[in-house]
Amino acid sequence: MKPFTVLETPACPLGLVNVDTDQLIPARFMQTPRSQGYGPFLLHDLRRDANGELRSDFPLNDPRYRDCAIMIARKNFGCGSSREAGVYVLVDQGITCVIAPSFGDIFASNSIKNGLLPARLSESEIEELLAEPTVVDGRPIRVDLANQKIIAGNRSFDFDIRADWKKQLINGWDDVDMTRSYAKDIEAFVAADGGSRPWAIPRSPR
Amino acid sequence: MTKDTKAQAPQTIIDKIWAAHTIVTREDGDCLLWVDRHFVHEGSHHGFAQLKARGAKVARPDLTFGMADHYVPTRAGAERQQPADTRRMIRQLQENTTLHGVTSFGEGHPRQGIAHVVAPEQGLTLPGLLIVCGDSHTSTHGALGAYAFGIGASEVAHVLMTQTIWQSRPKRLRLRIDGTLAPGLSAKDMALSIIAKIGTGFAQGYAIEYAGSAVSALSIEGRLTLCNLSIESGSRLGMVAPDDKTFEWIRGRPFAPQGHAFDAAIEDWRKLPSDADAEFDREMALDAAEIAPTVTWGTSPEHAAAITARIPDPANESVAAKAEAMREALDYMGLHAGMALTDVTVDRVFIGSCTNSRIEDLRAAAAVLAGRHAKVPGLVSPGSSTVKRQAEEEGLDRIFLDAGLEWGGAGCSMCVGMNGDVVPEGERCASTTNRNFKGRQGKGSRTHLMSPAMAAAAAVTGHLTDSRALLEGRKP
Repeated sequence: MKPFTVLETPACPLGLVNVDTDQLIPARFMQTPRSQGYGPFLLHDLRRDANGELRSDFPLNDPRYRDCAIMIARKNFGCGSSREAGVYVLVDQGITCVIAPSFGDIFASNSIKNGLLPARLSESEIEELLAEPTVVDGRPIRVDLANQKIIAGNRSFDFDIRADWKKQLINGWDDVDMTRSYAKDIEAFVAADGGSRPWAIPRSPR
Repeated sequence: MTKDTKAQAPQTIIDKIWAAHTIVTREDGDCLLWVDRHFVHEGSHHGFAQLKARGAKVARPDLTFGMADHYVPTRAGAERQQPADTRRMIRQLQENTTLHGVTSFGEGHPRQGIAHVVAPEQGLTLPGLLIVCGDSHTSTHGALGAYAFGIGASEVAHVLMTQTIWQSRPKRLRLRIDGTLAPGLSAKDMALSIIAKIGTGFAQGYAIEYAGSAVSALSIEGRLTLCNLSIESGSRLGMVAPDDKTFEWIRGRPFAPQGHAFDAAIEDWRKLPSDADAEFDREMALDAAEIAPTVTWGTSPEHAAAITARIPDPANESVAAKAEAMREALDYMGLHAGMALTDVTVDRVFIGSCTNSRIEDLRAAAAVLAGRHAKVPGLVSPGSSTVKRQAEEEGLDRIFLDAGLEWGGAGCSMCVGMNGDVVPEGERCASTTNRNFKGRQGKGSRTHLMSPAMAAAAAVTGHLTDSRALLEGRKP
């Protein structure tokens, strides 16, 4: 996975609260093979009006934020379904950082696996950032993962990220490779566990 | 901490199962955990694709089980109408599980059904196990004292390849519900009123242990419903300590240990409950007597209120973003503040999903519907083929059919609409499911979450209704 270092792009002030993964990608698109790209499904139904036309008042459709790789939302972003496609839609659309006061646990974990940074600011900082002219005007803001800083105009915010996730994003680590380096520990665990929890192995019914 | 002091320090059930599954503790505190059961479904194709890309094999096919649930048709003859892409999803699961030697309960299999209904009912879910599945409602299995949580596709691939998963230790929350639930109420009312109270993001980062006399008093089916909805309060997992009720419920189930092996297992499982003086990071207490039949009015599970209430006014909400979300929700739902919830008319009902499709749920709905006719169309989808057979033996299917409802097959069905069973655009559905998100049951669908008895009552009257009024003089 590509290591995450610094992003400097416009940020889309989405501003919504409780954006669940059913909004990020409606279920009907999830039969699509990933190779076709999930970008067009991002917030598909919220972006459109009843006639299926793109809503001009929806931030993601605003030309000012066309080239954003950063999105700003209110609390509980990515709640609900565990669908990793909720991250694919963002990443395939080129968005690799979401800034919000809180994230759905599974969404946040999925985002790390796909090189997307879930950066946390307090609710009041999010309000300030959403109102910051640099953001509103669609001028680039800077997200610096190593220093956990967001610079927007002459404002600077320190964001939160779990230390293990930060390390993983910066190094672009692959979980499977890391786990395989513990093969001996896994083997030892299995050997010891079999004796202590014989009931843990499913019985084969007739 | 040395091993000896660890053994002496009081532990929660969460700590005990965590410790029993820890293979490696990394410097940053993350642990590599052993996975006892992994359930894959049609949506797990992303995970299998990652496996293929690496040329890897399933590490432990004997601990992996395929469950066709998200895309299987749940209406008679519907498979012929399903689009090719949907059929491919169902076929892919069969192909992937066959290729890797994984037991699969595919379409048409006598054990087929929703993973979170099938695994407990088949004895695959046991106390003290660590269980994962690429589905956020995996929290359901916690009802039997398992440590169970939903994972994403990359994690699915990781578990397939290694039978392990990296996790950071969650904070521990004990939610105590004491007192007695009023007659005619269910675990669904309990869960929805909890979420209404604490909010959808409250329990993020926490593992929940549900405790207290009202939780102990719940049937196992009720506990499954309660734990199922943990994710809607933000927690990846919720659990109930196993007790005699749990053990008796599991006894004799096909994949569970039998005879002496089962008795020996019980001895181990009795050590699982939290020690008396174990410390939690957070404790909360609720009074079961305060819980009323609860329905949702908006587009988030926290938009819930007692059926006797009126729809709240966003003008009274002090947090601006929350008030805006409420306004948007009411706009989407086609409702207005101040309206009595019982005045909300519905277009159809859906009784099913991993939340409420077990035999007890169907019995509760049938108790309301018996001898009555539904004013609106509706679909009843049993959670598993086993539940379906049992319901038919009990004659419940006749009650639903005589009421004018459709009696379907087992699967996720109209809860998520992936199999083509959707609520038509603009229609309002009284639903026993878990999410009232915009478009969840189909594009433009409007969902009101409630218990099976409440959904049945809405079917009878055509509007949201306190089911207790329809149960007077009837055996619950």
